[in-house]
Amino acid sequence: MKFLPLVLANLGRHKRRTILTITSVALALFLFASLQTVVTTIASASKFGSARRLVATNATGIVFTLPIAYANRLQAVKGVEGVTWANWFGGRYGDGRRFFATFAIEPKSYLDLYPEMVVPAEQKEAFIRERTGALVGKRLMEVFGWKLGQNVTLQGTIFPGDWTFTIRGVYTPTNPAIGDDAFMFHHDYMEERLNRPGIAGWYILRIERPDAAPTIAKTIDDQFRNSPYPTKTGTEQAFNASFATMWGNVSLLMGTIGMAVVFAILLVTANAMMMGARERTREVAVLKTIGFGDRTLFGMVMLEAGVIAITGAVLGLGGAKLLYKSTHFNGGGFLPGFDVAPSTLALGSAVTLVLMLASGLVPAVRAARLPVVSALRQVG
Amino acid sequence: MKIPFVYNARSVFQRPASTAFTAVGIALVVAVFIGMLALANGFRAALARTGSDENALVLRRGADSELSSGIDRATANLIGSSPHVAIGADGHPLVSPEVYVLVPLVRLGDDSTSIGNVVVRGISAKAWDVRANVRVTEGQKPVSGRAEICLGEKIVGRYPNTAIGGKIRFAGRNWDVVCHFSAGGSAFESEIWGENEQFMPVFRGEAFQSISFRLKDPKAFEEAKRALESDKRVQVDVHRESTFYVQQSKLLGDILQFLAVVITSIMAIGAIFGAVNTMYAAVAGRTPEIAVLLTLGFHPRSVLASFLLESAIIAAIGGVIGCLLALPVNGFVASTTNWSSFSEIAFNFRVTPGLLLAGMIFAVLMGVLGGFFPARRASRLPVVQALR
Repeated sequence: MKFLPLVLANLGRHKRRTILTITSVALALFLFASLQTVVTTIASASKFGSARRLVATNATGIVFTLPIAYANRLQAVKGVEGVTWANWFGGRYGDGRRFFATFAIEPKSYLDLYPEMVVPAEQKEAFIRERTGALVGKRLMEVFGWKLGQNVTLQGTIFPGDWTFTIRGVYTPTNPAIGDDAFMFHHDYMEERLNRPGIAGWYILRIERPDAAPTIAKTIDDQFRNSPYPTKTGTEQAFNASFATMWGNVSLLMGTIGMAVVFAILLVTANAMMMGARERTREVAVLKTIGFGDRTLFGMVMLEAGVIAITGAVLGLGGAKLLYKSTHFNGGGFLPGFDVAPSTLALGSAVTLVLMLASGLVPAVRAARLPVVSALRQVG
Repeated sequence: MKIPFVYNARSVFQRPASTAFTAVGIALVVAVFIGMLALANGFRAALARTGSDENALVLRRGADSELSSGIDRATANLIGSSPHVAIGADGHPLVSPEVYVLVPLVRLGDDSTSIGNVVVRGISAKAWDVRANVRVTEGQKPVSGRAEICLGEKIVGRYPNTAIGGKIRFAGRNWDVVCHFSAGGSAFESEIWGENEQFMPVFRGEAFQSISFRLKDPKAFEEAKRALESDKRVQVDVHRESTFYVQQSKLLGDILQFLAVVITSIMAIGAIFGAVNTMYAAVAGRTPEIAVLLTLGFHPRSVLASFLLESAIIAAIGGVIGCLLALPVNGFVASTTNWSSFSEIAFNFRVTPGLLLAGMIFAVLMGVLGGFFPARRASRLPVVQALR
C-alpha cells in the first residue's frame, strides 16, 4: 500500500484517459445495477405474500368474477379467520396517461387483513364511515397533487361513467412490494351504482395456521367445484408468483443486456490499461533497474487497475442506489419497491473484481516479466 | 492533397489488440442497439399488423380495451345490418361479433406456476373473411356447434397439447384443437379462436365484447363512425381497427423504445471513450510519422481527415461484427404481457435491413466522435518538436 501515491501519480499522468476510463466503468456498473434491479424487483414481487393469507379467484381466469355470496361460505370454512374481497375497477384520471391500480374493496376487513397498509387511525375511520370515501396511496397523492378531503372524479373503463370520490385516507405500505400508488374505494358503493350485480373479483382469506393452507385451499375449491363459478385458491405468494411470470422473457432479456454492457466496458477498460502499460515500458525498466522487484511491479499495475475499477464501481453502483432511492423510481407504478438490492451490489462488486483482474492481469504480468536491458533500448 | 486510404487501412492493423478491443466494444453496443430496437420493432409490428385499415372495431362506449367492453345481441344485430358494412360474395355482411376473454394457461416447461393470460376469441364464421391476413396453415376450421378451437401459430409449441388433435382445457371443459392459423406476424397469432356461440355460455353469458366488420368503403370510415356513434339505439365507440391496435401497443412499445435509447446511449458513451483512448494512443505512437507527413507537405486538414477516417474504419469493423452478432436474434420469439390489454403477446424480434443500416451509421458516428479530438491533436502537432 505504500506505493499507492506512486500508482495515483501514474494515473494522474494521463488525466483525461483515467477520467474517461473511470467514467466508462461507472456508467457500465450503473446500467448493470439498473437492469439487475428490474430483475430482482420482479423476483421479489413474486416472493411477496403473507403465509397466513390465501387468495381465491375464479378458476376460469382472473378476469372473471365470483359471486359476492361466497363471502359467508368462505368465512364458514374451518380454519379461516377473516375474509375480504376486492374488485379491479380500471379507473382513469385526467388524460389517463398515468396508469394506476383502482380497486373496489370492502374497507374494514381489507385493512384488517392488510396490516402492511398503514393508515392513521382517524383517517381510517373517516374512510370506512363515508360511502364515497377513497383511500389513496401516498405516492399517488403526490403524483396528482391531491389533498386529503378533496373530491376526485375517475372515468370508469370497465364500469362506464364518471365516479366521484372524496379522499378520506392516505396509506403508506410497510412492504415495498405493495404498491404505494393504488386508489381504493368502497366495494359496496360500486355495487350500489351498478344495481347490485353481486360480484367480487377475488377473495382474500386469513387463516389461523399457515401449515393448514393446502388443506383449506382444497376444501374451498372442492366446495365450489361443481358450481357455475368454480374457485382456484392458493397462497398469496403463489398468486403473486404466477402474476410475476406474466412478464415473460423480460427478466432474461434484462440479464442478457446487463452482461453485454459489462463485457463491452471490460474491453474498454482493459484496452486503456494495456495502453497505459505499454507507454511506460521504459519507466518500468528503470524501476526494475533501481531495485523494484517483479512482484512489487506486478502489484503496482494490479493496484492501478484496482483503483480504476473500484472508483468506477463506487460511482456507478452507489450512484444507482442513491438515484433510485432519492427519486423513489417505480417504473410508472409497474415496478413497486424498485431499489438496488444488496445482492445486486454484491454481484456488482464481483463484476468489479473480475474487471480489475481481467484488465490488469496482462499488463501486470508483462511488467513483471519485462527484460530490463531490451526494454531500455527500445525506442518510443 | 489527401493522404492515401491505404495508409489508414494498414495503420489500423498495426496495433491489433487495441483495435480489436475497441472494435468489439463498439460491436457489442451496436448489437445491443439493434437487438433492443428489433424487440421494440417486433412488438410494434405485431400490433400494428393486427388491425386492418379496411376494418372497423366497435366497442362499448368508454371502453379502452376489448376486455372491458360489452355489447349485447341487439346492438350486434343493429351494427351488422348497417349500410356501412361490406357484403361478402355470398350476400351476407362481413361482420364478426366477438367474445374476448383471457384464460390462464400454464406454459410448457418445468415451472408449473409460469402462466400466460391467453386471449380466447370467439368469432363468427365470417371472421376469416373480415380479417384478410388470417390463413389456416394446418387442419380444418372449427365446425359450428362443436367444441373445437383453432390456435394461432405463436401458441403452438409454447403451451402443452397444441398439436392438431390435442385437447386444451379451459372454462371447465376440454376443447379439441382442429387447426392452426397464421396472421402475418400479428398479435392474432398469440390467440385461440373458436366459435362465439360456443364461448358465450361458458364465459360471460349473453354478451359480445367487440364487433369487427369490413367497411364497405374504407375511405368513408369517418362517416360510418358518425352514423353508428350517433345512433340513439346503441352506446358504442367505433375505431378504425388499425389505429385501435396501434394504440394498444403504445405504452409497451414506448417503454421498449425508451429503454433501447437509454441503454444504448449509455453504452455508446463507454464505447466512444474506448475509441478516444485507442486513437489518442495511435496518435501518440505515431508522432514522428505524423510529423513526416506534415513535413512532406500534407495539409493539417488532410491529417485530421485521415485520422478521422482511421477511427471510422475501426468503428465500421465493429459495426459489421455488431450486425453479425445481432442477426441471429431475428425471428426469436419473446413473450410478455401487454399491460394495456392484460393479455400475453408473443412476437418475433425483427431485424430489418433499415435497422442494420442504422446500426452501421451509429457505429461510424461513434468512431468519428471518438476520433475527433485525437485527430485534431495529430493535425496540430508542432512539426519540429515531433520530429525530434
